[in-house]
Parts: sequence; structure tokens; C-alpha cells
Amino acid sequence: MCLGVPGQVIEVVPNALGIPTGKVSFGGVVKEVCFAYTPEVAVGDYVVVHVGFSISTIDEEEAKQVFAYLEEIGDLEGLDQVEPPASPRSDREG
Amino acid sequence: MRFVDEYRGGEEAARLLAAIRRDAVHPWSLMEVCGGQTHTLIRSGIDRLLPETISLIHGPGCPVCVTPLELIDRALAIARLPEVIFTSFGDMLRVPGSTTDLLAVKADGGDVRMVYSPLDAVKLAQKHPERQVVFFAVGFETTAPANAMAVWQARQLGLDNFSILCSHVLVPPAMEAILASPDNRVQGFLAAGHVCAVMGYREYEPIAERHRIPITVTGFEPLDLLEGIHRTVCALEQGRHGVENQYVRAVTRDGSLPAQARVAEVFEVCDRKWRGIGTIPASGLALRPEWRAFDAERRFEVGALTAEESPLCIAGDVLRGRRKPHECTAFGRQCTPERPLGAPMVSNEGACAAYYRYGRLEETRR
Amino acid sequence: MSDERGDPAFGAACPLPLADYPAVQLAHGGGGRLTQRLIAELLAPAFDNPLLATLHDGAVLDLPAGRLAFTTDSYVVRPLVFPGGDIGSLAVHGTVNDLAMCGARPLALSCGLILEEGFPMATLRALIGSMRDAAARVGVPVATGDTKVVDRGKGDGLYVNTAGIGVVPQGVEIAPTRARPGDVVLLSGPIAAHGVAILSVREGLELDGPIVSDSAPLHDLVARLLERFGDRVHVLRDPTRGGVASALHEIAGAAGVGIRIEETRIPIEESVRGACEILGLDPLYVANEGRALALVARETAEEALDLWRGHELGRGAVALGEVVADHPGAVTLRSSIGGLRVVDLLSGEQLPRIC
Repeated sequence: MCLGVPGQVIEVVPNALGIPTGKVSFGGVVKEVCFAYTPEVAVGDYVVVHVGFSISTIDEEEAKQVFAYLEEIGDLEGLDQVEPPASPRSDREG
Repeated sequence: MRFVDEYRGGEEAARLLAAIRRDAVHPWSLMEVCGGQTHTLIRSGIDRLLPETISLIHGPGCPVCVTPLELIDRALAIARLPEVIFTSFGDMLRVPGSTTDLLAVKADGGDVRMVYSPLDAVKLAQKHPERQVVFFAVGFETTAPANAMAVWQARQLGLDNFSILCSHVLVPPAMEAILASPDNRVQGFLAAGHVCAVMGYREYEPIAERHRIPITVTGFEPLDLLEGIHRTVCALEQGRHGVENQYVRAVTRDGSLPAQARVAEVFEVCDRKWRGIGTIPASGLALRPEWRAFDAERRFEVGALTAEESPLCIAGDVLRGRRKPHECTAFGRQCTPERPLGAPMVSNEGACAAYYRYGRLEETRR
Repeated sequence: MSDERGDPAFGAACPLPLADYPAVQLAHGGGGRLTQRLIAELLAPAFDNPLLATLHDGAVLDLPAGRLAFTTDSYVVRPLVFPGGDIGSLAVHGTVNDLAMCGARPLALSCGLILEEGFPMATLRALIGSMRDAAARVGVPVATGDTKVVDRGKGDGLYVNTAGIGVVPQGVEIAPTRARPGDVVLLSGPIAAHGVAILSVREGLELDGPIVSDSAPLHDLVARLLERFGDRVHVLRDPTRGGVASALHEIAGAAGVGIRIEETRIPIEESVRGACEILGLDPLYVANEGRALALVARETAEEALDLWRGHELGRGAVALGEVVADHPGAVTLRSSIGGLRVVDLLSGEQLPRIC
């Protein structure tokens, strides 16, 4: 339902109504974004943007969690089975 | 792109897949609630890499799929009015109403425009004071704060030519409705990460408790989804229930309080009809009485509309995971991506459209 | 008038005269004096060449040995000027590229203009200048043309049609039906820049950033490939509307083969990718105007890739995937995590999404 894309904050200024607004860079392409819902943001932070609104500030420490989890899941056998199945199955949603 | 690329790595995915294969001993049915997650599952081929034991059911978390037919017909009627500039996210332009869609209304001379943000629609209203600008405000909790802000700014700017056609829906009541269904197959949920970025996940805790199921708040990149699936499967295998948060880089237990406050200021909870499912109590948002001047349904009298779904379409059962797309008699015959009868055939990630595509691949291989 | 075809400075020494009218009049298409002046003062000097200089009803060309390739395309792009190009240069590149994808060396173009009454003469002059420069860069004459003017409100400023003829050298055999299992799919550079550049200036979707269209003429890139490898080049295609995905789909269907590509090899500039992410677009379906796909015999692939990478317009070339006997008529993609997905045709235009 909700496309949210991480980008880096490059400018924060209040707009005419006093709402914090500014610019976010997504790999170099820049879009105007409203920061009303993440008022704590600062230039340089990464935020998740949905329909022109910042909905979350990315926590740089917590962002490593996925990789910590990879360490936690322990020894694995069958890592050679990563090739996709030769014939995709049709007996399942999607 | 930072915070995107690192979560798409092949080696890490292989480790998570191996862990899922190791730990999924029993068959489990999981539902990913959000259409954005379905999109990643299909785009990266995760659905076909998982072991046979795990069944993924694509949930109703897609405004394209659940916006009721009557409201789409109302949108079409308003979009035809000569004074109206009808604005919408790209998603809704191709969704079929009873007889036609917004792109066809545009072809017939309606002023239908695609916008990226509801604030772009407010800008259009400022720029065209002689026209009525209507925004099709669909979406879940993630999008509600944006639409609330559009209405709030329109009032601040004194715009009397801006209104929204509102069809906001809420995730937890839909999850409850799915779990309460007597033939429910869902044993665990991947909750929608961006909904939770806004709302937090406190409201999922009682659901997990009441139905004794695991709910994992999950992100949208391939590694996020694989981790979310693994966490949920481990909880099921171990007989645990409760809410876990996989998407910790973007989601906190409380979510965005300013966003929740703005939504509560502008909207109130209402009963809402979901396409293919029916009315779910307290599952939607409507403008509060003091904001109803911005309600397009009140501003434009387009008459009473009664809409009828195709009697052939089983979209509701598909959305709830009760039946599979190819069990529908219209599938691939009266209903194709070019001429969809129901919403799940419209978007590329819709369960029916995805089935259609892979089904044909199988045929070419026979 | 001088014959300076092939000289990169062609036309530049010939300043365009000031028009008497600031905007196009219906009479500019009426066939009378104003039409003559438009041709004589704007179009003929811009496209200055002996074929056009006769101002005859058509151009008469000498025919070299080989087979003839013949193509036409109409250009309706909005806005008329976009980051990295405009309708004038695009109308040259697009038709030159269509000829190139037939394996043909371009011989001559035509230029049909449909103008709306009131269209600013200065804009027309600038766009014709851009067309002139693009044709000069390719070294192809605009040999014949036509101008019509429609009532105000009955057009959208300017539409351009260009047709092109070219000659296919002996030994060159390009056809989508020649794709066969084992062929390697080469792609000449980063994708999706043109489509995103156009979207980025559309009202309601505005994006700031270093995104420019890839619009460019591909005749030389293709000619060098064919000179060196001849009939070991089986299929050529420029992935314009519908992008790389649709072009590969058409080839797979025409040849009755499967095509499998690798997601990790898809070249795309970071800013273009960023734009695709925020608009929810799949870059595989976004239009390109200066990229070529070539399906070449496996034993030729590595050398062909080196040759392209040594060319100004092929620096970012990659081997994107291969032709397979499996799943005839379908294109599949192996994702970065090793999953398989069907790359199907879209039902309509790809629309930005939030979901």
C-alpha cells in the first residue's frame, strides 16, 4: 500500500504556514518534502518519504540490525541450494 | 542508494532462505498485509524461493484493490464535471468502476491529473482559483497524515475550491476481520512497516494476544521480508505469539505522534466498505464534522449511485486467502489484465494479475 | 548554398534570418508567399543541402548497392524542450535509430511539420536549429519536407514527422526472428534516463536533479558492430516506448525463444534510479532514446562488448542476459537475490504509484 523511499535531508525551512519543509535527495534527484511528522530531522539525516512526506527518521544504528540477525541465525546447511527452482511452482499465491 | 542497496544482497538472502528452509518444519500460511510488500515479493521472486511448507497470502493492503466500487463510480462522476480538476495518485487511474475508469473519463474530456503528493493538488487549487480541485484521498494509515495535511493547509490558505473524496482505510480492523472469519487460513502476519512507521505497533499487541498469533512488523526490501518471514515462522514453530519489530530502522512502538495528532484533528473513525469484502466496522476514516466543507461527496451532488460487482468475480475470497485466483471461473477468460473484472487483476502485484502472468509461463514450458 | 555535409560545423555559418512574424500564421501553411518565405528563409537555409535546394516536390537520390530500409516516426513529445534534448533533435535521432536498428546506414530524412497557428516563430527557429545540428552530427541530409498549419486550438504547438531511408550493406541480416538460444543480449548503456527526464518536468511530478535524456544517434555505434561482426549480429532494437522489457518481449515473441536477464547487470544512473524509486516506476519499462540492444552470437559477445565500450555512446555497455530455449515467448529476470520473475508486457503506460 505504501511506497516509502529513503533519502537524505539536504534542507529544512519553515514554509509560509510555518510547517517545516525542505528538500530530500534520492541518489541525487531532489524532491520537496514536508517534515511536519518528523520535526526532529536535521540536514544529513536519512528519512523515509511517502507521497512527499517524511514519515520516519532512519536510525543508523538500528539499520545494522538485519545484519546482526544474519549472524544470530547460526550455522546453516544447504547454502548451495540458492539457485531458483528449475520450474516455478504454480500452486501458490503470486 | 543508501538504505536500499544493502538490503538487496544475494548472499545475505541466501543465508536467510537457508535458515527458513532449516526452521520451517510444519506447513504455515502467512499473510503479508501490504501491497508494497507483495510488490517486493514478486519483483525479487521470493515467493518462488520459499520452501513448499510456507504459503504466502497476499493481503488486502492495497487501496487499488479495496476502494469500493460505488466510490470509484462517484469519483468518475465528479471527474466528469466541467468545473472540476480531478487529481489522483497514478495507482487509481486504471481501476475499473462499474463501466469505465478515470483514464477513459480523461479521454472523454474530463480534466483528470496525476499528482505525486496531495500537496500538489493544493497547489493546483491555489493556481486555478476559478476551478474546483478534487483530490482522490485513498490509502491506509501511512497516507492519511499527508491527506490530513492537505486539508489543513487548504483551510489555512482559505481555499474554498479544494476538496477530497475520501476513502481511507485502517489496517487493524481488516486484520481482525480476516482472523474472525470462520474459514480463516492466516496463521501469522507480516505487518506493514510504513503503516507502523506512522502509527507505531501498540494497536497490534492486543490482536496478537487475542488471537494468539505472531505479528512481525516488516520492511519492504528483500532482506526485510526474508527476515520477517523467518521471525514469524520461528515464532509459529515455537508456539510463540506477540508482536516483533523487524523494521527497527524506521519503526518505533509509538510511531509519529505529530502525524497521529494531525490525523485525529481532521479525521474520525467510521465504518467502511472494502471492495470484495464488505463493510468492516470502524475500519475507515472520514472527515470530522468541522472539516466537512472539504468533503467532495457533499460539495458535488452526483446523485445516488448503486454499483454492482461482476457476479463472476471472487476477489473478496482471493483477498482473504480463501480461494486462489485460478479457481475463479472468469480467470483468464472474462477477466484479464487488459479487461479486469476485479481489482486484484488491475495492479501488477494484484494476486490475480501475478497468477495470470506465471500461469502463462508454465503453459509455455509444457 | 554550400555543400558541407559531414562537416560538424555544417550550417552553423549560415545565420537564420529574422522572421517578419513573431508567431506562425495560418498563411504560413497556405502554399502562397508566406509558405515560400518560411521555407526559403527558415527551413531551406537550416537544412542547406543540394537535394532540398531544388525545392522540388520530392528528393531524387542516387542509390548505392545493397537493400533499402525505410521508416517513419511521428514526434509529439511534451514539453517540446526537455532536459537533454528537444523535439527537433529527437525527431532526427529517433528516425536515424530506427534505420540503424534495421542495420542500415542512413541516407536521407524527410521532415514534416504540423504547426498550430500562433506558435512562436522564435521557438520554431530554435527547434529547427536543433534539428539541423542533430542531422549534421549524423551527416544525413534532410532531403525533403512539408509544412502545414492548423487552426489555433486544433493542435498542440508543434508535431514533427520524420521519415528516413537507409541502405543495408551486403552481409548484414538483422531481424528479430534471428534470435536463437545461446545468443547474448548486449545493452549499450544506462537505461531509463529519457523517460524519467520527461516525467521530471511534468506538472505535479517535478524533480530537481542531474537527470538528462539519453537522446542520441546510434548509427555509428551500430555500423561499427556490423562492420566487424557482420551476420553474427542477429537482432538490433532501440528500447524506446515500453523500455527494455517491452523490446525484449517483442523479440522473444517474434523468434519463439525465451530471454533471461540478470537484475544485477541492469545499468542505471543513481539519480535516475532514485527518481524511479520515488515514483514507483520499474526502469525496465521506461523509455530510452539513445540506447541499443544487440543480440549477438555467443562467441562474438565479449569482443562486441569491448567494441561498444570503446565507443562514446557505448561506454556503459553490458551483457544483460541471454537467449534460452526454455519458456519460449517469455522474458524472465533473475533478481539480485536469485529469484525468478516474469517480465511481462504492461497493459498500458506505466504510471507512478504510491502503493
